Amino acid sequence: MGSYIPSTGEERQAMLQAIGLTSADQLFDIVPEAVRVKNLDLPDGLSELEVGQRMAALAGKNRIFSSVFRGAGAYRHYIPSIVKTVTSKEEFLTAYTPYQAEISQGVLQSIFEYQTQMCELTGMDVSNASVYDGAVAAAEAVFMCQERKRHTVVVSGAADPQTLAVIQTYCESRDVPVVILPAEGYATNPDALKAALTGETAAVYVQSPNYYGVLEDMDAIVAAAHEAGAKVIMGVNPISLGLLKTPGEYGVDIAVGEGQPLGMPLSFGGPYLGFMTCKKAMMRKLPGRIVGQTTDAQGRRCFVLTLQAREQHIRREKASSNICSNEALCAMTASVYLAAMGPQGIKQVAELCASHAHYLAGELGKLGFALRTGDKPFFHEFLTDCPTDPAVLCAKLEEKGILGGLPVDGGILWCCTECNSKADIDRLLAAIGEVLGK
Amino acid sequence: MKLLFERSRSGRGSTLLPACDVPVTQFDASLLRSAAPRLPEIAEVDLGRHYTELAKQTHGVNDGFYPLGSCTMKYNPRVNEEAAAQPGFTQLHPLQPLETVQGALEVLYTAEKLLCEITGMDGMSFQPAAGAHGEYTGLLLIRKYHQSRGDSARTKILVPDAAHGTNPASATMAGFNVVSIPSNPEGGVDLEALRQAAGPDTAGLMLTNPNTLGLFDANILEITQIVHDAGGLCYYDGANLNAVMGQVRPGDMGFDCVHLNLHKTFSTPHGGGGPGSGPVGCKALLEPFLPTPRVKEEGGAYSLYTPEQTMGQVRSFYGNFLVVVKALTYILTLGKQGIPEASAGAVLNANYLMKQLMGHYDMSHDSLCMHEFVMTLQGLAHDTGVTAMDVAKRLLDFGIHPPTMYFPLIVHEALMVEPTETESPETLDQAAQVFLDILAEAKSDPESLHQAPLHCPVGRPDEVTAARSPILRYSFDD
Repeated sequence: MGSYIPSTGEERQAMLQAIGLTSADQLFDIVPEAVRVKNLDLPDGLSELEVGQRMAALAGKNRIFSSVFRGAGAYRHYIPSIVKTVTSKEEFLTAYTPYQAEISQGVLQSIFEYQTQMCELTGMDVSNASVYDGAVAAAEAVFMCQERKRHTVVVSGAADPQTLAVIQTYCESRDVPVVILPAEGYATNPDALKAALTGETAAVYVQSPNYYGVLEDMDAIVAAAHEAGAKVIMGVNPISLGLLKTPGEYGVDIAVGEGQPLGMPLSFGGPYLGFMTCKKAMMRKLPGRIVGQTTDAQGRRCFVLTLQAREQHIRREKASSNICSNEALCAMTASVYLAAMGPQGIKQVAELCASHAHYLAGELGKLGFALRTGDKPFFHEFLTDCPTDPAVLCAKLEEKGILGGLPVDGGILWCCTECNSKADIDRLLAAIGEVLGK
Repeated sequence: MKLLFERSRSGRGSTLLPACDVPVTQFDASLLRSAAPRLPEIAEVDLGRHYTELAKQTHGVNDGFYPLGSCTMKYNPRVNEEAAAQPGFTQLHPLQPLETVQGALEVLYTAEKLLCEITGMDGMSFQPAAGAHGEYTGLLLIRKYHQSRGDSARTKILVPDAAHGTNPASATMAGFNVVSIPSNPEGGVDLEALRQAAGPDTAGLMLTNPNTLGLFDANILEITQIVHDAGGLCYYDGANLNAVMGQVRPGDMGFDCVHLNLHKTFSTPHGGGGPGSGPVGCKALLEPFLPTPRVKEEGGAYSLYTPEQTMGQVRSFYGNFLVVVKALTYILTLGKQGIPEASAGAVLNANYLMKQLMGHYDMSHDSLCMHEFVMTLQGLAHDTGVTAMDVAKRLLDFGIHPPTMYFPLIVHEALMVEPTETESPETLDQAAQVFLDILAEAKSDPESLHQAPLHCPVGRPDEVTAARSPILRYSFDD
């Protein structure tokens, strides 16, 4: 069996003697005998060689697609080599939360840099140090908007269904009413939104680009919500912000999203990164850890976890959220990614994503895959009809090593990133042509 | 250290992506951002050096002894990292067809079975991404259970005053009111107070055992019985499971659900604050309410399903999957013999270190401890003015990460020490000597300790100014 205990049996015996015991069993004498484990039904332990083989065998039972046209909340992007090099440094990997600032300046500074980058990307004033994922970020944002007489949240039905599900779970337990505004033509109708708002609406949650890839009419949505006295929470794909108008420019109150596209591999759904940024006025309602700049007694610049009066270890049942551990290493990943990309690189990624998607949409149109969203602008995902059974088509594509779009609502939700070169797209089109007999 | 933004020079950067090979999409100007984000422009070599410099000012488990109480900072085995870094795991889209992710589903299924055996539970969900997230999910199980029985009067969660801060915060998020239960002089739950508090409005009890004083509550069976007799359920906060895994199971102690911290007990790295993983396990009576989706196995084939009365989702997809891969690697490595040996090692190391400090430092309790012990520096502070904070900060000068400070709240000037099982006796001996040397300093030269640390890159930060006039991002106007 494997073990990570350095001491030998003899050393442990000597240690037992030093504390006045003769056997390790005595360490647990206080545990009622009736419930002491007699026979733990686990397999025998393994050597490192054996466990490596076992885990390799498990990984080998999964299929890696070299060509991926599926997004729907998780996106395959190019990850610069330096990202993994930095985030696998064992100081960063094996450190705890930086409560001891004097020996944690490295990780604290990196979070401060991350906060700055996320503010720049989203056009907002303040960022926290991360939450669990994009869906939880949206749910936490809803709680930030609760006011004495305003509790209801109106949520766009065109948002990611998993985000909607998490918002519903979180809101149900706190008795926050959730009104889901049905999507119209796979987008949010600002007039319908207006009609759904009341004096009790605390917040509106809209995702843009939405689940179907469509860029929502944010100007009209923000105007309607603010006119009704409600806050606006905008869910956003961070890559799109390399190019597209920011939540800050739209005047929203809180921006949230899934940070996975910023340098994190797909990883079967996690670890991912929930980011949250907001207007300065809402700073003290932001949940989770936040790093601030200050000085030490000698006037040297340093960084420290701050505004902790919001947090559970101080406020206990009155805290703004229960979050403690977050996704710090994922936030660092995003920060290294954004630093490696720079302002030009992030724009280039966004442009490649959008251009590849629009090229694919145009070519698919010629094969009878009509765009379901008409002339509404989209970023790097789009929903089309499918001239044959979507499940059958995708299965045929999988035989050719291609993970096609996701079957959604009888059609297919496609996604392109910078990884889907023209040659990659043309291979997909040829494969589809073959399936359709064209 | 310079910030990324202070290293930036216009026009610098790396060539990472090819030119666009299709017509470039032109968006309407009204859809475009008006100015580029002010991200740093840095050559790769300088970017690499930036982070090497940051790494030098970060203290991880591999940099030295890390006896941070309640956080179980054990060694993070490299083989776990290698297992999780395999492309067969990292390159899987979460929405791939199930027949193409059988290995990933087997990971979740196997980890669930093994952890259910370790905890004495019947089912488990890996969707919660951290301990507090697991607490929240476990409390939702309790809420759903009472709701399903039409028992709407159960609005209160009992939480001992020694509990982690996340317990009451999670209870509030889950829509409950918190009732604080005092500790008895031995550091356990005050049974009389518990009996008084438990009643028809009790939804459940949240308990850590061993508790945050590092003491196992020998009345545990009576405690869970009192709550069950009142119609409530019992929730086990698994933060301290490293003390007892393989020795006693929460399920056998009368608990109905538990959360685990894979990033504590099961050796996955903390990453400077995350990602963790906070799976929630439960007895059969709560299984119908678990988050969706769950994994099942039939004839060697794995698939997903939605529990009949599911609470819904608490996160997207299946949680922090790669963290589960690492934890499974660890459990398979230790196995039947290694799991109880790890907890016995943790308890032995804690008692060995406590013994060396006893008689010099005051302990909150003098009995045998479990995986951690709590010192109280109230007497020292009274005699010399040297506080728990001063001692903690002085430890930094010796390359030792301080214990958890000022927690639990019921002990004055507390330092909570958790060595874990992955430290050698000589590391513990050295640490004990450092503690004793600092005690001598406190008596001979208390003033100097108020200035500690003396040899770190920075001194104590001015936290008051940081909170009063928050600077939370770099200002490009300076």
